[in-house]
Amino acid sequence: MTARSHHPGESGAAAALRVHDLRKNYGEVQAVDGVSFEVAPGEIVGLLGPNGAGKTTIINTVLAVLAPSSGSIRIGNLDVAGQRSLALARTNFAAVYASLPGNLTVAQNLRFFGLIYGVRALRHRIEELLGQFTLQALRDIKCGVLSSGELTRVALAKALLNRPRLLLLDEPTASLDPAAAREMRAVIRAQARDTGCGVLWTSHNMYEVEEVCDRVLFLSHGRILLAGDPRSLPAAHGARNLEELFIQLAREPLAHPSERLA
Amino acid sequence: MRLKPVAAILLRQWYLLRGSPVRALPMFAWVGIDIVLWGFISRFLNSVAGAGINFTAVFLGAVLLWDLCGRVMQGLTTAFLEDVWSRNFLNLFASPLKIPEYVTGLVIASIATSMIGLAVMLVLAVPVFGLSFLALGAHLALFLLVLYGFGVALGIFASAMVLRFGPASEWLVWPIPALLSPFCAVFYPLTVLPRWMQSVAYLLPPSYVFEGMRALLQGKPFAPLPALCALTLAAIEIALAGYCFVRVYRRAVRTGLLARYSAETVS
Repeated sequence: MTARSHHPGESGAAAALRVHDLRKNYGEVQAVDGVSFEVAPGEIVGLLGPNGAGKTTIINTVLAVLAPSSGSIRIGNLDVAGQRSLALARTNFAAVYASLPGNLTVAQNLRFFGLIYGVRALRHRIEELLGQFTLQALRDIKCGVLSSGELTRVALAKALLNRPRLLLLDEPTASLDPAAAREMRAVIRAQARDTGCGVLWTSHNMYEVEEVCDRVLFLSHGRILLAGDPRSLPAAHGARNLEELFIQLAREPLAHPSERLA
Repeated sequence: MRLKPVAAILLRQWYLLRGSPVRALPMFAWVGIDIVLWGFISRFLNSVAGAGINFTAVFLGAVLLWDLCGRVMQGLTTAFLEDVWSRNFLNLFASPLKIPEYVTGLVIASIATSMIGLAVMLVLAVPVFGLSFLALGAHLALFLLVLYGFGVALGIFASAMVLRFGPASEWLVWPIPALLSPFCAVFYPLTVLPRWMQSVAYLLPPSYVFEGMRALLQGKPFAPLPALCALTLAAIEIALAGYCFVRVYRRAVRTGLLARYSAETVS
């Protein structure tokens, strides 16, 4: 793992993200059930779990597009419920299900979202990101005609526009080929290392999680079952690798969190 | 309220218009068709009715003003629907953008696009059919203000409806002006309506505008009280529509509808 100049949790600054006793229920269905965790500045935390475990629900509540039933979410020192706009100004996200408007070009989309996020020296920042994600040749192409890999790069460029203190990535490399996915992982790792940006990352690619994440949270039925270093967790729980541990946990009947946490 | 996010909403509309000039067509095509149709109807009625009533001013002027109100509503709703059609809700509402900034951007975009329609109306109606607004004098500005205000209120309300009932409810939005026109007494005096329809009409600012317009064309003096009533009603209805939008938005955040909206747009 690359050494980090901005080591997670080292600075003593406020956590990039602090989620406390988060619950979300839809009638009788408990989608998220008392989840608490933190993401330190510069730390990359993987949020893992089978489909329907509550990962996207947690991300949606952090992004304030879904109100929790109870609990609190703080981004830096800002309470998302009470200071939504300020908290989201220092946050950004990319998700496979949130593609950018296909009827705007790459540069137009970046300009549009740059204004919404109040990015300073926007023209310069857009050029910087077009270069970083090798999007210069696509700048005047409408997003609707881009390949899924190109769209992912544009979405990541948009996600970094405002130099976020917290970055939420929901399967960011799902549609990338292995080489492009590796490049993207390097960009995001560098972002966390160089800027102290905390990252919450969901992925079903356990190889990727092991390579990128400092810590993982295993989620099932809306609860965190297990948390720890993705490189040491499998051995500690009798699994050969992270994927095997994932399958074990996903198959197990739901246990109380206190019985599961290492 | 911050200006940059409002500018972003406007810039997006400009990009869309520039990228696809066909989008400009509805701004004046329907207006043009209505003016040609009602222009000839008015000309025919003037020829068979003899002197006394100027149908061009009464009918064509009314059509023009009512179309303008509808254009404002549809301009605002269309700008909102652009975000529905492009499944952009998650990107927008998971950003620092505040609801008043978003709605203000939509309102300004709608006013700007409807101005184009207004210009086309005047270019066609004044020289081709001899419509003159001089008879309305400075009161025309007041009438336009009321109609713009009511159009904005309808547009915000219609957008809230689409947000609440999902993308499929779009078809409920377009007929709203047609549904309201009988109550607004666009072509006839309020007195011809049955009592219950009159009660509804008194809640609709355009009915005061069209009554006032007909009175001025008949040479009667301007009545300031109904005009004040219309302005106040328009302001109240904008506030109510804004309140409705915020309530619908908060409900969508609470129930998860907003987070799921993109997926529902696909289905």
